[in-house]
Amino acid sequence: MSARDDILGTIRRSLGVTGQEAPRRSIVENRLAQAPRGVIPQRGQLDPQARAALFRTMAEAALATVEEVESLDKVPAAVAEYLRRGNLPARARVGEALAGLPWGETTLEVGTGPSDGRDLIAVNRAFAGAAETGSIALVSGPDSPTTLNFLPDYAIAVLRESEIAGDYESVWDRIRERYGKGTMPRTLNWITGPSRSADIEQTMLLGAHGPRSLHILVVKD
Amino acid sequence: MAPHSASSPPSRPRVALFATCLVDLMRPSVGFAALKLLEDAGCIVDVPNQTCCGQPAFNSGDRASAQALALQMITAFEGFDYVVAPSGSCAGQIRRHYPELFEGDPNLIRRAEAVAAKTWELTSFLVDVMKVEAVSASVAGTATYHDSCSGLRELGVKAQPRKLLASVEGLTLTEMNENEVCCGFGGTFAVKYGEISDSIVGKKAGNVTQSGAAMLLAGDLGCLMNIAGKLSREGKAVEVRHVAEVLAGMTDEPPIGVPPQGAR
Amino acid sequence: MTSHITSPQFKENASRALVDAPLQQAMGNVRVNFIERRRAAAEKLPEFEGLRDSARDIKNHALEHLDLYLETWEQNVTKAGGHVHWARTAEEAREAVLAICRRVGAKTVTKGKSMISEEISLNTALEAAGIKPVETDLGEYIIQLRGELPSHIIAPAVHLNATQVESDFRRVHTHLDPKRDLSQPVQLLTEARGVLRDRFLAADVGITGANFLIAETGTSVIVTNEGNGDLTQILPKIHVVIASIEKIVPTLEDASQILRVLARSATGQEMSVYTTLSTGPRRPGDPDGPEEYHVVVLDNGRSSMLGTAFQDMLRCIRCGACMNHCPVYHAVGGHAYGWVYPGPMGAVLSPSLIGVDKAGHLPNASTFCGRCESVCPVRIPLPKMMRSWREREFERHLSPATVRGGLAFWSFFARRPGLYRLATRLGMGALAWFGRDKGKFASLPFASGWTKYRDFPAPQGGTFQQRYRDTRKQGARR
Repeated sequence: MSARDDILGTIRRSLGVTGQEAPRRSIVENRLAQAPRGVIPQRGQLDPQARAALFRTMAEAALATVEEVESLDKVPAAVAEYLRRGNLPARARVGEALAGLPWGETTLEVGTGPSDGRDLIAVNRAFAGAAETGSIALVSGPDSPTTLNFLPDYAIAVLRESEIAGDYESVWDRIRERYGKGTMPRTLNWITGPSRSADIEQTMLLGAHGPRSLHILVVKD
Repeated sequence: MAPHSASSPPSRPRVALFATCLVDLMRPSVGFAALKLLEDAGCIVDVPNQTCCGQPAFNSGDRASAQALALQMITAFEGFDYVVAPSGSCAGQIRRHYPELFEGDPNLIRRAEAVAAKTWELTSFLVDVMKVEAVSASVAGTATYHDSCSGLRELGVKAQPRKLLASVEGLTLTEMNENEVCCGFGGTFAVKYGEISDSIVGKKAGNVTQSGAAMLLAGDLGCLMNIAGKLSREGKAVEVRHVAEVLAGMTDEPPIGVPPQGAR
Repeated sequence: MTSHITSPQFKENASRALVDAPLQQAMGNVRVNFIERRRAAAEKLPEFEGLRDSARDIKNHALEHLDLYLETWEQNVTKAGGHVHWARTAEEAREAVLAICRRVGAKTVTKGKSMISEEISLNTALEAAGIKPVETDLGEYIIQLRGELPSHIIAPAVHLNATQVESDFRRVHTHLDPKRDLSQPVQLLTEARGVLRDRFLAADVGITGANFLIAETGTSVIVTNEGNGDLTQILPKIHVVIASIEKIVPTLEDASQILRVLARSATGQEMSVYTTLSTGPRRPGDPDGPEEYHVVVLDNGRSSMLGTAFQDMLRCIRCGACMNHCPVYHAVGGHAYGWVYPGPMGAVLSPSLIGVDKAGHLPNASTFCGRCESVCPVRIPLPKMMRSWREREFERHLSPATVRGGLAFWSFFARRPGLYRLATRLGMGALAWFGRDKGKFASLPFASGWTKYRDFPAPQGGTFQQRYRDTRKQGARR
């Protein structure tokens, strides 16, 4: 008997079922189809403006920095200014989704494509935010390489204010709208603040393997 | 885990005092203190013939003995309005675990549940059922209170003893650090894993002395003997007593681990 | 090839741990930090208790329908272009991983933190096959350098201090300047980051664990703070996930419910820094990500726990809250438990996985204080299940003879109230008489485990029942 059949067989024997019981199968089908939400924290159930404010508070509590930008067009200037403020080199790798922005109006040297580990700074387009914990969601795809979220020391994410949801579940709704029910992008990263470790004497230190800092540009729209 | 609703008790309830085997054997004065507190609260108290609730057997995996002792308890105590014990551990055994012991026997489980439902730890019975607001006792000094695990986590005993202690004339309560952390007693654990138990009670003794209180109180004699034994071995002069002794104003007996006056 | 099990020597392990000064200092930090952080996080979320109920119910539902969800999950992994490898035993799981590594001629593999990897001793197997495993979680990296097992399921190196880590780094990182300053923890972190960055980029295969397997989408989920699990899985050509069967949850929503209690219970964070959902290999047009995605799904005795007193243990989400709140864990640390799963969750799980004959001490080494259950995010009745193990040991006569004897002696009298009254009156009378001078005993032959460390308070004399009846009789006569 294959390992698969053996394991499933033992599970069924232990549970006292055959796997063919129609009521049991329909319970499972219904749950998968309906995907009930469970308990949703009240804290994120706010109007859009208050939601954005909560998002900022929570992201900052997780040691990210958040900056408002008037429009997508202003993102390159905001990035350039952020790097200048931090005394960082004027060079960044940006996700293809942001390549069409007026980077030429700044002095930034901009490259696209995945990171090979030599980039200090990267700018990527986020898919969504969740106000309840100040988290952002980024999805992999041709125009948003996942390496940009992890290899550079300084990660910058761009998000529209209208993409900030109250809770994770509202983001799953949008994922299903975009990819279809039951289908996911190869990688979906929920990111809440910069990389850290407390493995040495329980002392929290930033920049373990991923970015030492996370800067979120929220575009008013 | 909230104490279950105490629908208005009979004005003079008939209470069976379950002294617990430790009190019965080691410190009868706690039994008399409990008796006084219950009678002062207006209860008619009886002390049915009793031995042990069976917890040592239950926790050692000897289910058959635990069942036999539980049945013996149920038979002796089921005729009363309430069963009250000066111990969160023993009351918890009856309240939380007796029904578990008879799973699969509808008749016994019904009797176990009936006794479980009317079994209380002493201070929570006084406050939650008898609505006692204050005791008439006078004990001068500072005390710190250790929350015994079963009382705290199985029965929600936390505020009740403190409420009553606040009414003791002359007594000041000083909370120690980690007052909800186990003292390391754990019944047979203290003997089977003496070295680990010692490390745990050492931290507890440290917290007790650090609180600066002259007196340590708790609602379970097992914990008290453990902590008293450690404090005594370390030569710390903290007076260790069951909370009932202080609430009843019966502190004429020497504290736990101290010889009677004139014995030397 | 199972990692060395020292659980039968629990007492000896504990004795050593109790005099290990750095360990005791580290456990002092655990007692304060983890507990306070969890409490603060739970208090900040009014729905926390409701979410614990929800998380428990989801895991119960998934376990009751585990066969069907596993089938759905497998279909969806395959649909997304991934491969599922079923493993009945640790041996089969190791073989599945090795087969993948051999096929691509892997020389080094990077690894995210995985307790299943520890359970199946994967590193030993990889090394034996000439493949170099590199642990990338900072704590796991440190203990790999030391050749140790993790002492905690989420903080593997929690038993060590910075000085110990510094000396390990100096011993191993010989290519670096021997005069470099490593006196600050941040310098240790920076050095590990630099050393491991090269390993990430050079690895042929990346192996991660999984916090969840989502049936609805065929997705595996990992939760980290460092980002090491992500670099492990997006840089090499091949991503291998190793996970046990009970990691299944039905939907994205179900995973989200549990995520809300996971980090809060574990580290007191609202959310861990990186929660990554991985589904299949790189898609057409994707600029990065692995070309192959494999999941080795391990049973190793879990399917037989279903339908038994230990089914509830399969709800465990490996947050570590039980050990963070355990007085015994605080006293002896994780290594004393003698295998990969320490603390209360290990005391219940280890006997199932390695046998109660080997792990018999673990469910006994508990005071039943109940604090583990009071903080468990999925409300596993840990003391109840430890008691179930004690019952099995008692039935199989595995409990120590002295304990059995003492218990039988006590029960004999306790079950005969008349005899009990007579015997206790005499016994306590004698004990009180012997103890009356000092009020305590510094040694007692039948309780040396007690009196070696503590005095035993002497009884007051007489029994309560006897004195009560005497006073009532006097009262009646008066």
